[in-house]
Amino acid sequence: MVEMVNRPYASAFEKFAAGNPDILCLSADLTSSCEIDGFRDRHPDQFVSLGMAEQNMMSFAGGLGLAGFRPFIHTFGVFMYRRPYDQLMASIAYPRRKVRLMGFLPGVTTPGGMTHQSIEDISVMRSIPNMTILETGDATEVESICEAADSIDGPVWCRVLRGSVPRLFDTPIRVGEMRELADGDDILIVTSGICTEEALRARSALQKAGLSIRHLHLNTIKPFDHKALLDHIGSVRHGVITLENHVTEGGIGSLVAEAMADAGTGKRLVRLGLKDTYAHGGSRAYLMRYYGLDALALVRGIEDLMGQSFGIDEDDLDAARVDAVHSIVKAEAL
Amino acid sequence: MRNDRSTEDVALGIRRRVFEHAMRNNGGYLSQACSAGEQLAWLYNEELKLGEPTLPPVPKPFGGVPSADNPDYHTGAGYNGPAAPDYDRLFIAPAHYALVAYATLIEVGRMAPEGLDMFNKDGSSVEMIGAEHSPGMEVHNGTLGIGLSTAAGLAWGRARRGEAGRTWVFMSDGEVQEGQTWEAVQACAHHGIDNLYAIMDVNAQQCDGAMDTVMEVGDIRRKFLTFGAACVEIDGHDLDAMRDAVREPHEGKPLIILAHTNPFHTMGILEERFPRLHYVRFKSEDERARMNASIAKDLGVEPVDYAH
Repeated sequence: MVEMVNRPYASAFEKFAAGNPDILCLSADLTSSCEIDGFRDRHPDQFVSLGMAEQNMMSFAGGLGLAGFRPFIHTFGVFMYRRPYDQLMASIAYPRRKVRLMGFLPGVTTPGGMTHQSIEDISVMRSIPNMTILETGDATEVESICEAADSIDGPVWCRVLRGSVPRLFDTPIRVGEMRELADGDDILIVTSGICTEEALRARSALQKAGLSIRHLHLNTIKPFDHKALLDHIGSVRHGVITLENHVTEGGIGSLVAEAMADAGTGKRLVRLGLKDTYAHGGSRAYLMRYYGLDALALVRGIEDLMGQSFGIDEDDLDAARVDAVHSIVKAEAL
Repeated sequence: MRNDRSTEDVALGIRRRVFEHAMRNNGGYLSQACSAGEQLAWLYNEELKLGEPTLPPVPKPFGGVPSADNPDYHTGAGYNGPAAPDYDRLFIAPAHYALVAYATLIEVGRMAPEGLDMFNKDGSSVEMIGAEHSPGMEVHNGTLGIGLSTAAGLAWGRARRGEAGRTWVFMSDGEVQEGQTWEAVQACAHHGIDNLYAIMDVNAQQCDGAMDTVMEVGDIRRKFLTFGAACVEIDGHDLDAMRDAVREPHEGKPLIILAHTNPFHTMGILEERFPRLHYVRFKSEDERARMNASIAKDLGVEPVDYAH
């Protein structure tokens, strides 16, 4: 059974930031929801409350960056790029301010529906010059996201997991290095974020079916080393499948497609994720099933890629975690 | 760095340069020189505490945008001197006033007159809408409404670091239509940011025409006061009024000076173009010639020989 870690960001951020006067903790009325309430209470001098006014917050953070500070902005990811996109561009991205954008509730990790689910943020951020993109997929990555983000000379977009987070890895994020989780030679699976756990659930069933799986987990989405990916693609016989907690346009599926097209790779690619659709409100497990982001969807995608059925169904997959919608480790039911 | 000329003389010089430039280029941001001449002259010639320029008098060509691959990148802030703790900083929030701001830099000896010849020329850093790398600019403000917020963040940070220098913003009244302006004032009040100053050119004009016909904004001063700023209203062509206004006590709050101005001040013939004053492009050679003669007379110079 996988180890679950409660609120890894809360302790990790405090450990990283406390006492460093150049690091500021910015919040937009979602302080406990982003697990920085303890930090606010214990380090009020480093905490700047900017209220529900994200446009000002983004430019204000740009001004703080100009003054030599490294602001960590905390709010739900959607609120950092949809309304204040102009400010994100002009005040943060263009001038390469060292602003760390800690975006909580990536994709379908919230039952908050369309207004709360950042389903296209990676696509947006990938197209912003000067932006770095990191995504956390487990508790260890959440614990190391602050240090990784703060190592970047410029703005950083981070997809941060909160609440009860599984521990899948035992080494911290090393920016620019993908994790090789399996080194088989039939199929390459590329995942990021919460979808990596789904791929891990499917792996034993796929192996039993006789498939040799190569599996990469991406925590650094931009900048991205095409060469390392292409080497892995060259090591598998049949093709590549991507699974992401994001729309399939502009995310890691597109990233892999671009790398393959640029290199003239003649292998098939199946891209799984939200298929040109918004999601709606519901539990994570329900949404991942409904929208085809879970382990079973991955198996079906591989069957499509291979042109054969392996007879794998839900019972053959490793037990799914079921998160309580109402949990003491989450500030509200979102 | 202080200029020996009177501020009135600098304001006149700004208008003469913008006039000459507009005549030669068949149009330009003429009205902004009418309304803002005194404000920018006063800031640069009297009020701002700035060091000697750190960039060459003749601006360098465009040197690329900020990127990890462009280590030599720098902004145009060096025309305002170094970013030292005791010095003031200035953002031109409506970057469309760039032509007027560049003319000001020339009049106070911070940029060579040749700089204006590079205005809006391909490959030049002296851009039409002031960019970060344009002379006298430190941040991008072409998207209206973001200047005050950026300045608020900088001011907060400078206060936290114990710097004595003030952060100033030259603003335009159209920016009060943007919600972000009010978010910024709200944040300044909440955080007690009082090393932040703004002077706003209240000329009641915007791109589409007179502001009252585009979107009424009501009593701006009362709004600023209600949102938590200190705010003084003055005649924006009255330098003594500016000198008094900046002495308004504003502990724990930013000070915003509303400078009410006339968009055809010193160029009366521009009234013919009311209410479309944002960018005056001459409609005919006849209009160009008439404006040339009339404005030259108003400004006490010979008409511009723009044919050569």
